[in-house]
Amino acid sequence: MSVRVAGVGEPVASIADTSRLRRGIGRIARRDRLAVVAALVLLAAVLLALLAPWLPLQDPDAVDTPNRLRPPLATGHRLGTDEFGRDLLARLVWGARVSLLAGVATASAAMVIGVTLGVLGGFYTGWVETVVMRLTDILMAFPYILLAIAIVAGLGPGLRNAMIAIAIVGFPIYTRLVRGVVLSLREREFVEAARALGSTDPVILARHILPHLLSPVLVAFSLDVGAKILATAGLSFLGLGTQPPTADWGSMLATGRQFVVLSPHVVLLPGLAIFVIVLALNLVGDALRDLLDPRTPTN
Amino acid sequence: MRRYVVRRLLLLVPVLLGVSIIIFMVLHLAPGDPAEIMLGSQATQADLERLRTELGLTQPLHVQYVHWLGLVARGDLGRSIWMKKPVLGEVLARFKATLVLTGAGLLLSTVAGLTLGITSAVRPNSVLDRLSAVASLFGASMPVFWLGIVLMVIFALWLGWLPASGMFSPYGGGDLRDLLVHLALPAITLAAASVTIIARLTRSTMLETLGQDYIRTARAKGVVERTVVLRHGLKNALVPIVTVVGVQAGYLLGGAVLTETVFAWPGVGTLMVQGILARDFPLVQGCVLVVALSFVLINLAVDLLYAWLDPRIRYE
Repeated sequence: MSVRVAGVGEPVASIADTSRLRRGIGRIARRDRLAVVAALVLLAAVLLALLAPWLPLQDPDAVDTPNRLRPPLATGHRLGTDEFGRDLLARLVWGARVSLLAGVATASAAMVIGVTLGVLGGFYTGWVETVVMRLTDILMAFPYILLAIAIVAGLGPGLRNAMIAIAIVGFPIYTRLVRGVVLSLREREFVEAARALGSTDPVILARHILPHLLSPVLVAFSLDVGAKILATAGLSFLGLGTQPPTADWGSMLATGRQFVVLSPHVVLLPGLAIFVIVLALNLVGDALRDLLDPRTPTN
Repeated sequence: MRRYVVRRLLLLVPVLLGVSIIIFMVLHLAPGDPAEIMLGSQATQADLERLRTELGLTQPLHVQYVHWLGLVARGDLGRSIWMKKPVLGEVLARFKATLVLTGAGLLLSTVAGLTLGITSAVRPNSVLDRLSAVASLFGASMPVFWLGIVLMVIFALWLGWLPASGMFSPYGGGDLRDLLVHLALPAITLAAASVTIIARLTRSTMLETLGQDYIRTARAKGVVERTVVLRHGLKNALVPIVTVVGVQAGYLLGGAVLTETVFAWPGVGTLMVQGILARDFPLVQGCVLVVALSFVLINLAVDLLYAWLDPRIRYE
């Protein structure tokens, strides 16, 4: 005869059941209209970036020197042109592909490395914990952007290397966050119960620990994508990220800087694009935190 | 307190060793021969050999590291390939400019952040409080280099009130007034994000402190509101504020790289970027080492400062 213990062996807690989540989203949508607008802005930006090859846009790299530095609303160029006469609207939309992809990819890579190390460092005491935490301490002993610059210095300038650098620099935040949660979960009764019933470590980690991490990690990730877009744009601005002629919001700002007196739009537009997207990401991230972690007070 | 200081100093050793390994590895991250990367494809065999010997590249990696660490400990950071000068002197000269900018940014963000935070906490949900919340969201979303360019266009190029770049005027300047005028825009740019962070933290910590029983007691005794807020409130809210100010000091040091590039500020950040683009590894390593070392020391100072402010921390 076998006795089935209710709940044991099944995920102990998911972030929320579907109906609660739906109610929560409805509540936030009513209360926080700004977050809804921000989410729509993000959706539009993602769609534009994804559909760029099929949109009726000019070639973003096509040089047209007679038409250089045209102001916005010029004939044939709705947002004007840059110092080589390239269409700014096309470059902004194609640049969105690079900037958004860089933000999401670097944040995802940092999250995967950080969560894995955080789980290991929190669940296993002894040398694993020591190695993970000392590595995190060392990486955090550098100012964020400085370490990214140092890594790019070694690897060589370029978008791929800049992304690798930002992902390496970014993972310790996740490691710290996840380790803290895992440390407290490790001692809880349901983990002890699962262990008493003979569950192995991988099973405990996958079925009882990881579901609890979903909500804090998701919130951190949503706020992190914006920070990563800023960091990638920063490296591109310094000439260490995207290389010409590829359009990316940070490098557009860097090259347009020399023409800022005559044509401020060359600098204002890519900067505004970064600002709006990161602001939208931060607003959505805040709303997500309200939804998934109601205990955290918001301003 | 002494035991705490000793323990904190001992903990510094593995971190500093780790930092040194990472900085040393910068030279070896890219695949291929570092000498060839630095000197380019036009270099002669004799030049390559000379550089390999100078940097000790022919030896095994761990021997190279120990040798390099020994030189660094004696203050020898090597010679810059691009500038053909010893790295240490050049980096330290530039680091002074970075310290001036970071110090000004920190002072500005602390004074403005504390004032804004305390005012918001004393009158929660007021117009100023709401404005400060919006500003903090904007501060976290705005690229610092873009803000710098916008400020430069408005105040230097359109209005002509402040100089657009550099640390001193090329002719006739060089005094304190000249420095302050040149410092204004970079310091405001650098401080912008930190002001909002310090203001929001001061606000929430002060709100919590002002809700305590002893504050009510002070008010009931008839203590003047100004004294209640500053002496009874702020003094007790100081520990988390000092922490965040310390953390910001470190970030300002790193963030100065971008601000320096915008305003052509002759600091270690611009030097480092020039070094990277010239593939001058000893110069880049020197810049990273000096900034990282200062960052570690700032963090140590903050830890010691708040152990001194709040004796409970030492016993944890």
